[in-house]
Amino acid sequence: MADYIALSYWDIAIAASLLCINAGLSIYYKLGTAKRLVIAAVRMVVQLTLVGLVLKALFASVSPWLTLLVAVLMIGFAGREAISRQERTFVGFWGYGLGTTSMLLAAGTVTIFALGTQFHADPWYDPRYAIPILGMILGNTMTGVSLALDRLLSEADSGRMKIEARLALGHSFRAAMQVPIKNAMRAGLIPTVNGMAAAGLVSLPGMMTGQILAGVEPVQAVKYQLLVMFLIAGGTALGVFASTMLATHRLSDSRQRLRLDRLNAAKN
Amino acid sequence: MMNYRWICGAHRCKTLIIILLLLADQPIFVDAIWGITVLLKIEQLERVGLQSINLDVPSGACIAISGQSGAGKSLLLRAIADLDPNTGRVSLNGKDRNEFAPNDWRRDVCYVPAESGWWLDQVGGHFEYPEIAAGYLVRLGFADDAMSWRVDRLSTGERQRMALLRAMVQSPKVLLLDEPTSALDPEVTAKVESLLHEMIGGGVTVVLVTHDKAQAARMSSERYLIEKGALYLEDAA
Repeated sequence: MADYIALSYWDIAIAASLLCINAGLSIYYKLGTAKRLVIAAVRMVVQLTLVGLVLKALFASVSPWLTLLVAVLMIGFAGREAISRQERTFVGFWGYGLGTTSMLLAAGTVTIFALGTQFHADPWYDPRYAIPILGMILGNTMTGVSLALDRLLSEADSGRMKIEARLALGHSFRAAMQVPIKNAMRAGLIPTVNGMAAAGLVSLPGMMTGQILAGVEPVQAVKYQLLVMFLIAGGTALGVFASTMLATHRLSDSRQRLRLDRLNAAKN
Repeated sequence: MMNYRWICGAHRCKTLIIILLLLADQPIFVDAIWGITVLLKIEQLERVGLQSINLDVPSGACIAISGQSGAGKSLLLRAIADLDPNTGRVSLNGKDRNEFAPNDWRRDVCYVPAESGWWLDQVGGHFEYPEIAAGYLVRLGFADDAMSWRVDRLSTGERQRMALLRAMVQSPKVLLLDEPTSALDPEVTAKVESLLHEMIGGGVTVVLVTHDKAQAARMSSERYLIEKGALYLEDAA
């Protein structure tokens, strides 16, 4: 297993030089992407380095409370990130709380499920397993949840006349929202479905590639990848479903009105 | 003699029942026994953009509401249909709105906005009973295959009539109509009015928002004016 080529910082610096070529091209052709590209690259380096250090300390301690703290922070950041990707959001607590609650529910359930059934870690919360699994599921669930919520809220807003026409004719709120709900769920699941369909043919998934490069035998790496893909798909589907249903509930009230007044104005 | 005594007895009996009903706080049945049936009763209805509104619409009557743009006509109709948050008491035949499931209320008290919404491509799919609706097509100036048309083929005026028909065939008890003929020429307007007259005659109650004074006079028994969110009785026939 330890049969892998260790990377030096020099190796990474050479890889980063590719970005410098991109930045140079962008400046030469006045594309205006150089600055954003460099900022994103610097952020990535700083964030990942810090994460490496945090994980090292965390793995050494194997403390349930520290693991829980890191998990909560990760879900909190995911909630903020999901909001920033939405055109319309709910006013007040629900804006942040809705996506975060759905992700907590979905990613938490699937992570605990995986830890309990496949990994048999000892203790079960061992951060060496819990945190990477949660991270992978959370990253994908976040994309799904933000896409679904963005679609649901913008369709509810732009489709107000259609929805209210059905309400006025005595349809239930759920029936009136049928099309936006369906579209939101589809939008949230597309990346996962595409990822599964293209895996191995178009792209070698990142985790599997990483494991193979790190010296793991390919069939073993594929098994891990399959497991992770199923966990990701399960978590994303659960998160998309929960967030769409919660948001639909919040878009209405006890008298089944369409409450667009609970949304913030559209960002530009 | 016998007859007279019987009438007196019946009258006493009726008075007694009414006193009992008043004691039991059920004034609506008192109205019913006296022969005044208030169908749609609105008490202290308030919402953003409206002042406290009180309105009684008797069964099978048509009342007309006019007022400048932005005065609150549509806001009032939407509040009655419970499409926007509002406070106050609204009841139908003495039964409070909150005792209805929201969708049952809107089915009975059906709001038809000036601009209608369509959620499918084909006209017929929007109708609960397309076969019943088909029977009215010609009367409303459509070809008899209009149920199979595409919605994007309909003109503004055609959409307006279709939206009215869509609400009508669900047999609501009250129709809240927001400028139902604003996009129609006089000839088609007459067709719509004749159908509405027929429905009113059949016991359907209509609250008609209209800019057209002549239409208000033709259709309604009472005319109201709405100004800065407050409702005033203009005249009654």
